[in-house]
This record gives sequence, structure tokens and C-alpha cells, in this order.
Amino acid sequence: MKRQLCLVAAVTLSHATPALPEVAPTEVVFVDGRIETSLSGTPGDPANGIKVMTTNVLGNCVACHTISALPDVQFPGNIAPPLDGVADRWSEAELRGIVANAKMTFEGSFMPAFYKTEGFIRPGNGYTGKAPEGDLPPILTAQQIEDVVAFLLTLKE
Amino acid sequence: MHRKAMLFAAFGLAFAGAASADPVEDTLVIDTEDGPIEMVTKAPAPDHLKDVMDWVYSGWHYREDETRDLERDDFDNPGMVYVDRGLDLWNSAIGKNGESCAGCHQGPESMAGLRAVTPRVDEKTGVLMTVENYIDKCVTERMGLESWNWTGSEMKDMLALISMQSRGMPVNVAIDGPAAPYWEKGKEIYYTRFGQLEMSCANCHEDNQGRYIRADHLSQGQINGFPVYRLKDAGILSAQQRFVGCVRDTRAETFKPNSDEFKALELYVASRGNGLSVEGVSVRH
Ligand code: HEC
Ligand code: HEC
Repeated sequence: MKRQLCLVAAVTLSHATPALPEVAPTEVVFVDGRIETSLSGTPGDPANGIKVMTTNVLGNCVACHTISALPDVQFPGNIAPPLDGVADRWSEAELRGIVANAKMTFEGSFMPAFYKTEGFIRPGNGYTGKAPEGDLPPILTAQQIEDVVAFLLTLKE
Repeated sequence: MHRKAMLFAAFGLAFAGAASADPVEDTLVIDTEDGPIEMVTKAPAPDHLKDVMDWVYSGWHYREDETRDLERDDFDNPGMVYVDRGLDLWNSAIGKNGESCAGCHQGPESMAGLRAVTPRVDEKTGVLMTVENYIDKCVTERMGLESWNWTGSEMKDMLALISMQSRGMPVNVAIDGPAAPYWEKGKEIYYTRFGQLEMSCANCHEDNQGRYIRADHLSQGQINGFPVYRLKDAGILSAQQRFVGCVRDTRAETFKPNSDEFKALELYVASRGNGLSVEGVSVRH
């Protein structure tokens, strides 16, 4: 409780807007696949979004998607549609929904749900192959999701 | 200029990726001590797969030229070292009372055909047996030793030696009769979306075979080439060891080698490759 207060205070200090509490993965409200409000209450940082999307142990979106705006990414995969112009096709709320849990938008999608902690078959502790100890964290944090969405919103054609 | 060159390279890559998305057309003829053997690396899909694909391909077709070439000549195939080690072990009097494999079975060629039909339900015992299970039975019951580590070097050297005796024979595992319940169970596992990434074997090796997941060209995940020599690990890998890696990559708690689950899965995956040649010890990057 004290720790949370501290965090909130820190966030309020660094941004002028009052911080809303973080939405837990189990509390996310999807409306037709969309998530209307920010998960972290703090605006996303597109530069960090790039890092999350291109780092193996984080989002690793480039395992499946190509992104022309990031020509330095080595060996992007070609499993999924290129993300070029994605902000022309989807709204912020739609993109947040797709990144948090793409299966709410595309039924049965191959794309992993990055902000989900329940309903898995034999979930592991990261990539160790072992059972998780304690509660399963989402693959990305609320803020990382917001950072990714902020970067996706720059992908206009 | 530099940036432009990079961009160009990136486009080149993307194109190359798209163009070479399919398995390469190529033929595998292996130069061996006893002359060349032609492998069947592409075969009409077995009946039980006909509704999802027309052809099955060995993982060999999805690898780079240099990796494929290493399998064309036993002299270049680093996996043969393990086969030789397996032969030494075969001839050694390692049993509690000095028994050797050779003492009971003569030469390793007496094992010809076994790798092509396993996993199978043993006629006498009714138990589902992999090659490793047969090895383990001899090691523990007939030689009085402790079980070898399932993925340790003795087990894998012996697996390599025994697999080589079936090289060039078509994979032909039974899926009916007493094998049917195991096959069904393996099939269910194959299509289950495990782990926090919620991915099944089929998601990668059926729906997306031929595509690239990052730098990896996804094959059909066939096991006719197992054990494989993996350049990355500088060692050989059994089929169930590969399963461990793939399941782990879905952020899942894996099953263990020789678990009921992986034995059933091995039977099922082997049956997807019925008609392809056993490659003995293949080479992967
Ligand atoms: C394992 C594969 C995979 C990974 C990893 C992945 N995606 Fe996807 N993504 C897909 C697939 C497949 C689709 C197409 C929708 C469908 O058919 O299910 C998709 C669709 C999308 C779309 C909609 C694209 C459009 O043009 O309509 C967006 C946006 C997206 N993904 C963003 C991301 C982001 C951001 C990440 C990482 C944080 C990511 N994806 C990681 C497979 C993946
Ligand atoms: C996230 C994607 C993914 C999933 C899910 C997956 N694999 Fe794989 N698998 C790979 C990649 C990448 C490789 C290495 C390239 C290749 O051979 O396809 C591989 C290789 C293999 C190979 C080696 C093929 C060869 O010829 O060397 C086998 C066998 C295999 N997988 C079986 C399975 C089985 C069985 C499952 C399910 C229990 C599974 N895979 C799930 C990605 C995956």
C-alpha cells in the first residue's frame, strides 16, 4: 500500500496530469476488442515501445511482423501482416486491445496475448520450461503496452 | 549512403524471405562407405494428413545450403562421430557380468528397421516403446545397470547407432490397433495451445511451415531425421529433446523426455512423416 502510494506520487510528479491507478490484467474491459482507457494512466513513450517490440524477451513483435520504419531490425519474421500504416487502420483503443489480447479482435489468433495472466494450459516461468512460482505476471507491463501503442500510433502511411 | 545500403539490404532480405518461403527443391543423395543412398525427403502426405497437406517434407529442405550439404557425405556429417562412439559402446562389455550388446545381438545391423517403426506398441508386453525404451530395457534388465540418463551421451550415442541401421528405410509407424489410443493422445497434444504464448505444434509446423519466425525458417517439424546433429549445440539431439525446446519456447511448463505425453507425441509426430526416409543422423544449424 505504501509502495503503491509512493509510485503514484512519483508518477504524478513527473507528469502534469493526475495519474489513474493501473488496470490489472484481470480487470481489463474489452468492448468489441477495444480498450478505451490507458492501462497505466501514464502516456506511452514511443521510443521505449520500439525497444519492447524488438527485444526477444519482451514483445518480440518482429518475430512475426515486419515494420518498414525500423529497417535496422535484423531478420524480422513474415508470419503476420506488416505493421506499416497500422495507425490508419486502427484507433488507439483498438490497437491497445490488439496488443493486450489480440484474440478479442481476431478469434483464435496466433498472436500471443501480452496482457493476460489467466486461462493458460501449463503456463511456464518465462522461458525456463518450469512451472511458474507464484502468480503469473503478464508478458508486458501496463506501461510497456502503452509504450508499444504509442509507437504503433506513429505508423501512418 | 550507409543507411541507404542498410535499407536496401533490409528490403532484399524481406524479398528473399518471401521468395524462399517454401521448402527448397533439392534431392538428398548421401555418400556413404557403401556407396550413395538416395533419401526420400518429400513424400505424399499419409492418409491421416491428407485433409491438411498434400506433401510432407523432411526438415532438411528448410535449411541453408551449407547445412544441407553437410548431410550429403558421411565424411562431412559431424553426427557420425556419435555413431562411432555408439559402436564402441555396443561392443563393450559394460554389463554387470560383462555382457555387451554385441554378445546378445551380434552386429548393430541386427537393429535394421527398428527406428523406422518406433514408437510402437510392443507385441509381447503391450507397452508403447521408443528406441530409447528398448535400449533402457536391455541396460537395466539384461545388463544389470542403472538406467542411462534419457538425454545423456550413452543413450544418444546408442540411439544414433541404432537409427543409422534404418537409414533410407521409409518411416512406417503403426497408428491403428493397440497404437490407436496413444496416437489419439499424441494428436491431441499436437493441437493443444500450450503456455503463456498459447501456441500448439500445429500453429508453427502446420499453419506456418515455410514462413519465417524471426530468422528461423519453420519446417513441418518432422522427426524422420532424428537424432539430429545441431551445429548450434555442437551435439546430437533426440526428438523428445527437441520437443522440450519447442514447448519451452511457448513459455510453457514442458513435459519430460520419456513422459507418457512425449512418448505419445513422438508416435503421433513420427506418423506425420510416414513415407519419408529415416535419415540416421541428420544435420541442422
Ligand atoms: C507469434 C506471432 C505474433 C507475434 C509475436 C505478434 N503478432 Fe501481431 N499479429 C499476428 C497475426 C497472425 C496477426 C493477424 C491477425 C490474425 O490473423 O490473427 C497480427 C495482427 C496484429 C495487428 C493488426 C495488424 C493489421 O494490420 O491489421 C497489430 C497492430 C499487431 N499484430 C501488433 C503486434 C505487436 C505490437 C506485437 C508485439 C508486442 C505483436 N503484434 C506480436 C501475429 C503476431
Ligand atoms: C513458436 C513456434 C513453435 C512451436 C509452437 C513449436 N515449434 Fe517446433 N520448431 C520451431 C522452430 C523455429 C524450429 C527450428 C526450425 C524448424 O526446423 O522448423 C522447430 C523445430 C522443430 C523440430 C525439428 C525439425 C527438424 O527437422 O530439425 C521438431 C521435430 C519440432 N520442432 C517439433 C515440434 C513439436 C512436436 C511441437 C509441439 C510440442 C513444436 N515443435 C512446437 C518452432 C516451434
